Amino acid sequence: MGRKLLLEHINVPGINTFEVYREKGGYKAVEKAIKTMSTDDVIEEVKKSGLRGRGGAGFPTGMKWSFLAKPEGVPRYLVCNADESEPGTFKDRYLMTHIPHALIEGMIVASYALGANTSYIYVRGEMMPQIRILEKAIAEAKAAGFLGENILGSGYHLELYVQPGGGAYICGEETALLESLEGKRGNPRIKPPFPAIAGLYGCPTVVNNVESIATTVPIINIGGEEYAKIGVGRSTGTKLISASGNINKPGVYEIELGVTVEDFIYSDEYCGGIANGKKLKAVVAGGSSVPILPANLILNTINGEKRLMTYESLSDGGFATGTMLGSGGFVVFDEDQCIVRNTWNFSRFYHHESCGQCSPCREGTGWMEKVLHRLEYGHGKMSDIDLLVDVSKKIEGNTICPLGDAAAWPVASAIRHFRDEFEWHVTHPELAVKQNYGLAHYADPLPAPVEA
Amino acid sequence: MADKIKVIIDGIPTEVAPGTSILNAARQIGGDIVPPAMCYYSKLEGSGGKCRTCLVKVSKGSEKDPRPMPKLVASCRTNVMDGMEVQNITSPEVQEARKGVVEMLLINHPLDCPICDQAGECHLQDLGYKHGAEATRYEFDRRTFERIDIGDKIQLHMNRCILCYRCVYVADQITENRVHGILGRGDHAEISTYIEKAIDNDFSGNMIDVCPVGALTDKTFRFKSRVWFTKPVEAHRDCPTCSGKVTLWYKGEEVLRVTARKDQFGEVEEFICNTCRYDKKDTKDWVIEGPRKVSRQSVINSNHYEQMQPLPVVKKNLALQAANKEEFERTTKL
Amino acid sequence: MLRVEEKQEINFSADLLNKCGEIVGRYPEGKQKSALLPILHEVQAVYGWVSPEAMDKVAEFLDIQPIEVYEVATFYTMFFLKPQGKYVLEVCRTGPCCLVGAEKIMDYIGEKLGVKEGEVTEDGLFSYRGVECLAACGYAPVLQIGPEYTFYENLTKESVDQLIEDLKKKN
Repeated sequence: MGRKLLLEHINVPGINTFEVYREKGGYKAVEKAIKTMSTDDVIEEVKKSGLRGRGGAGFPTGMKWSFLAKPEGVPRYLVCNADESEPGTFKDRYLMTHIPHALIEGMIVASYALGANTSYIYVRGEMMPQIRILEKAIAEAKAAGFLGENILGSGYHLELYVQPGGGAYICGEETALLESLEGKRGNPRIKPPFPAIAGLYGCPTVVNNVESIATTVPIINIGGEEYAKIGVGRSTGTKLISASGNINKPGVYEIELGVTVEDFIYSDEYCGGIANGKKLKAVVAGGSSVPILPANLILNTINGEKRLMTYESLSDGGFATGTMLGSGGFVVFDEDQCIVRNTWNFSRFYHHESCGQCSPCREGTGWMEKVLHRLEYGHGKMSDIDLLVDVSKKIEGNTICPLGDAAAWPVASAIRHFRDEFEWHVTHPELAVKQNYGLAHYADPLPAPVEA
Repeated sequence: MADKIKVIIDGIPTEVAPGTSILNAARQIGGDIVPPAMCYYSKLEGSGGKCRTCLVKVSKGSEKDPRPMPKLVASCRTNVMDGMEVQNITSPEVQEARKGVVEMLLINHPLDCPICDQAGECHLQDLGYKHGAEATRYEFDRRTFERIDIGDKIQLHMNRCILCYRCVYVADQITENRVHGILGRGDHAEISTYIEKAIDNDFSGNMIDVCPVGALTDKTFRFKSRVWFTKPVEAHRDCPTCSGKVTLWYKGEEVLRVTARKDQFGEVEEFICNTCRYDKKDTKDWVIEGPRKVSRQSVINSNHYEQMQPLPVVKKNLALQAANKEEFERTTKL
Repeated sequence: MLRVEEKQEINFSADLLNKCGEIVGRYPEGKQKSALLPILHEVQAVYGWVSPEAMDKVAEFLDIQPIEVYEVATFYTMFFLKPQGKYVLEVCRTGPCCLVGAEKIMDYIGEKLGVKEGEVTEDGLFSYRGVECLAACGYAPVLQIGPEYTFYENLTKESVDQLIEDLKKKN
């Protein structure tokens, strides 16, 4: 069994209440931080932990915190990004539903470290029940003296508010989130300036994912160095993985970074294997935006090593043969799934969610969706496949925010690895509507690496 | 000056004030190396960054940090750093990306130039001519919207809009109340007032001038003439509301329309009021200054107006210019 | 563009106004526009949709231009710009849900209700629509029903039958 830091007490009845959470050692990190540590000490501890942003980009959290500008007399803000909308990812919902106080405690620790006196948790609007849960948790924490004026007699004061979104994936992008929090359309801002200099209301702001913030609690409790001992290399600590798709046990799992992908899919501790005795065809390992990989490449790297659930191992081989850990949205496809259909589905998602501000994304996402729709429904042409690759290239890297990349990568990678399935849709249009391409050679052993 | 910083664009070095964007640095150099800009507008705060036509490659970040920037950047919203090296027309990558952006801007554009009042002074037309492909690869129905009147003087052809947001910034920054905006999301976003409302404001007509395409056109000029058959003349009047400096567009003796004066990058020099624009269409309302120097982007440039410029040999020689002054003025009379 | 035939007078209840006032208090002085999204949610919870009149009222309350409210309300997909059925069944239609049969569930709901996506049933009780990822992929297929956005997970034809029965009984 791997070590559990965030979900250790997940099965304790009543852990969603303040009393039980406190009984189980909750809010000790707040006490430790505020009573015994300076703000710089807290940041230093997080730096030492090697914690990398859990929202998808994987940027070191401690470093992000140390970039925050601190001009005199200007308020600073901490905003928690709980706009979880990346297809395949549902860990933040899980955490907020079951252990809301872990997030609240993390918010207090992080706000203290950053010197923020007002902090916001931006939760996607669809998670209204979670918003109510968090509001209740905040009220409980406040009643117990962990929020509000003069916390624990330290003179530090903090107000915490929950902000609902309105249904827009793009608000998961940090500057779009800030725009939305300011009551505007969720159009990402043009950077620079970065939020660390001019964020919410033009003030220095840090935006962190729910899991990143909650993780600061165990980091303060056990110490950054201890935390960094878990995991492999620069992938330290534990990570929540949202597992979904055709597996026996979908759900949220806390893993120590470094578990093999094979173990994660097949062991009973985690996904418990492919559902209905089917075979594995493909995996999207880090949320819909990251490249999809066929079974053989997700289990092993191109060099024949076992692939691990770490930032580095999953991206081994670059985009040619690798993918990304992303937000940890692990979507498993069995042999009966059609890659073309799924690519079209994802493409429709990005088309629907594009904010429309910059031209390559606004026009390109719709174009890709239409071409993929045509391929899936048997009206495609062979040239459509190259057209898709070209359009995806014209979007990638040329947009204001990463949504353009996120829309381009799934399409480009699906064609890179499943090109014959796309071609089959063109050469067998009637068959493609009725049946699927199947597993084909996607689980075949990789050719042995050539010795140098 | 000591506090100027150095930048090299397409191999051409220049010095600019700190805080200057790459685009503006390029404009200071001038010529072919100036990236096209469809959404950036120097007079409108916050504009730019959206259309992505001005993407350039930063091959050297600065003297201090010489690493190249990982992605192409929007030159209108990226500031020059000391020692920065930028590639625009010398980078095949930039040219390819720009071609892609132009294609994206055109896939849903109706290409109705033959019936569009903007034709001839349309930046999208110029852009397509310079960077576009001959044929489209887009084989689907184009997005369409209803054509609507926003107020009695402006017509909105949303089909032609490229969502540059300039008209929104105009309404925000130079009119009192903004009543139109961007509604909807993604490729269904549109300029609208949501509920039928007239845009009625002293300066609302400037939205027409800042629109880079034919999305917002002057109803008083609608279908009156192709712009290349009109003669632009600079004129001014003593206006209580605005600077009163305008361009009159003549056909014969008749003033067909009045616009603000535009600089060589197609930007309005000074915003004008609606009275000057719509209500003063008579020569006697104006003090005529002389024929307008036609911008290089205009198709008028390739028309008969060219002949009215002094001959190249005269242009260079001040003595010849003085000698030809009288004749030149005569030929350029209305 | 919307053509409003008949403008309806709308008056926010004291309750709603109190709620709105409390929301505005969460933000610094002069940043009351931040309250826009939460207030639109409150308004929609009361009226079932956000009408132009309601949006104008919100603009007045927050001291901003009405267009600023329209821009925001049309950007975010959760706000209904037209009256809906009492219960809007919002079914997730994104990849992970489709891997385990969300498309079939959605077809079944349409069949069961006898309406097309976006239409309201004759009794005015139901409408349904596909929405993008609801971040509940592990419990797929899922649907949600506002204004409290209650979740119904691991949907089957039987559980959909049950859900619709239960909702009908409530009325």
